Amino acid sequence: MTAFNVDRVAVGYSNSLIIDELSVSIPKGEITTIIGPNGCGKSTLLKTISRILRAKNGSVILDGHDIHRLGTKEVAKKMAILPQTAEAPGGLTVFELVSYGRFPHQKGFVSLKKEDYTYIHWALDVTGLMAFKDRPIEALSGGQRQRVWIAMALAQDTEILILDEPTTYLDMAHQLDILLLLQKLNREEGRTIVMVLHDLNHASRFSDYLIAMKEGALITEGKPEKVMTCSNLQRVFQIDANLMTCPFSANPICLSYQLCQ
Amino acid sequence: MVASSELSAPKRSRPIRAIIVLFGGMLALLLAIGLSISFGAADIQLATVWTAVFSFNPDVTAHQIIREIRLPRVLGAAMVGACFAVAGALMQGMTRNPLADSGLLGINAGAAFMLAICFALWPSLPYLYVILFSFLGAGLGAGIVYGVGSMSRGGLTPMRLVLAGAAVSALLGALSEGVALYFRIGQDLAFWYAGGVSGTKWIHLQVMSPWLLAAMIGAVILSRSITLLSLGEEVSIGLGQRTKTIKVVGMVIVLILAGAAVSVVGAVGFVGLVVPHLTRFLVGHDYRWIIPCSIVLGSLLVVLADLGARMINPPYETPIGALIALIGVPFFLYLARKGGKEI
Repeated sequence: MTAFNVDRVAVGYSNSLIIDELSVSIPKGEITTIIGPNGCGKSTLLKTISRILRAKNGSVILDGHDIHRLGTKEVAKKMAILPQTAEAPGGLTVFELVSYGRFPHQKGFVSLKKEDYTYIHWALDVTGLMAFKDRPIEALSGGQRQRVWIAMALAQDTEILILDEPTTYLDMAHQLDILLLLQKLNREEGRTIVMVLHDLNHASRFSDYLIAMKEGALITEGKPEKVMTCSNLQRVFQIDANLMTCPFSANPICLSYQLCQ
Repeated sequence: MVASSELSAPKRSRPIRAIIVLFGGMLALLLAIGLSISFGAADIQLATVWTAVFSFNPDVTAHQIIREIRLPRVLGAAMVGACFAVAGALMQGMTRNPLADSGLLGINAGAAFMLAICFALWPSLPYLYVILFSFLGAGLGAGIVYGVGSMSRGGLTPMRLVLAGAAVSALLGALSEGVALYFRIGQDLAFWYAGGVSGTKWIHLQVMSPWLLAAMIGAVILSRSITLLSLGEEVSIGLGQRTKTIKVVGMVIVLILAGAAVSVVGAVGFVGLVVPHLTRFLVGHDYRWIIPCSIVLGSLLVVLADLGARMINPPYETPIGALIALIGVPFFLYLARKGGKEI
């Protein structure tokens, strides 16, 4: 089963193409992570999948339909996005921001219904934010803020979650916190998760499927043990990696590395 | 860190606060309008204001003064204030730029420029058409500022837009003055350009009203989308919003509001900057409340400024543009220093 079929897309800003003719299928009900060096187009691919960017050529197919032909509100009921640079306006409280996640399910001017409250409270609960729900967001720490945005995406109640570097700027414990939460949402509720991560070891440990990119092209894709190999890491990142097996996930992780000569 | 009682339960208390601001503001506005009508060269009692409005007698001089001079003037002030305030609120929400204001982003100067041309070439053009020139000019100003701003590398930062706005405003202002000098209409333009509602006639209000009504209804309908847009474009798309459509409709509303206001009072700045920030501080971040409250508080600010303009140095009138700038400039500097995480 696939959640998305990306079919020969070309994407770029104004006159420079960032991605040229890329095709990839993203499996349903699994955690997929896109990896690659800075500027390789992984965020661009994620934005294309999530319809923030429109492909110049090719198409993104969601449930058998071109994503741009589906009503954007319909898509929003199936797929929630956490952008890399999400920043809340000042004065907004945690509850208020999370409640905006219900927008795709609301009609017109009506305020929150009972069902909306149920989802909002559930989202606050699983992200451990219930105690902070009436705090202004700017009074929270970086890790808590990130969880607020995730809670908003969860309140949207979608099968698919798309996250662009959800662990950036967080310390090690908070990074793990977020990733374990995503893993739980995937394992227990079967949600499809697609994300970009910079930390290779996290990507390998928490993903069912990896997509490695370089210079706008797909280099390799597959299960972590297939993608996280010395030769692939050489090709993608220009590093000589010293690999071993992660004691927690049994997937390969990189102990240390050197630049290729 | 911040856990005062005021901040700890805004979920329920915010709509209540908004309603208090809305109705309190309306009450204050009515009072200010009454005061403004009664105050002037000819002393008129508040009671006379009441009878002039509700049981008009054409034989009483005071009633005539109120009907023909003071009432249109104060209503004009209220309308113009509402226009600038809502235009500012919409722009700040759509662009996430805390410094957005039709005065700072060249829209007012553009409208004023087109009006100068209009006065120079067709001095007897009816106001019904004059206002269309003002809309056109507002669009021109916005177009040039966004054009100049986005040409620079690194895109449109709040500060860059304001700088482009200042430069374009200065240029358009100079061109307006050039037009005024060349066509010898400086006298007509000078006070109008400095900002004043003293010349407001019923015809202005009649022509403006349908535009304003449509734009205000549009703004209220759009308000929920503006709230979501203020979370950022990508988040807004993710929530299933048609961000491009919303921005285009929002911008058209801004141009109508600012254009209409400038055609009556001239290029008065800072109302659109100060009022939405004050409103946001009072009622929180939901534009479904910010827009209606901005209408009321914007009206109140300009009616008071107009009243103050007549009281400072009677019998002369201080330009209200200058009076509002007196509050607006320090506020702008404060926001600019804060770096604008406000929106």
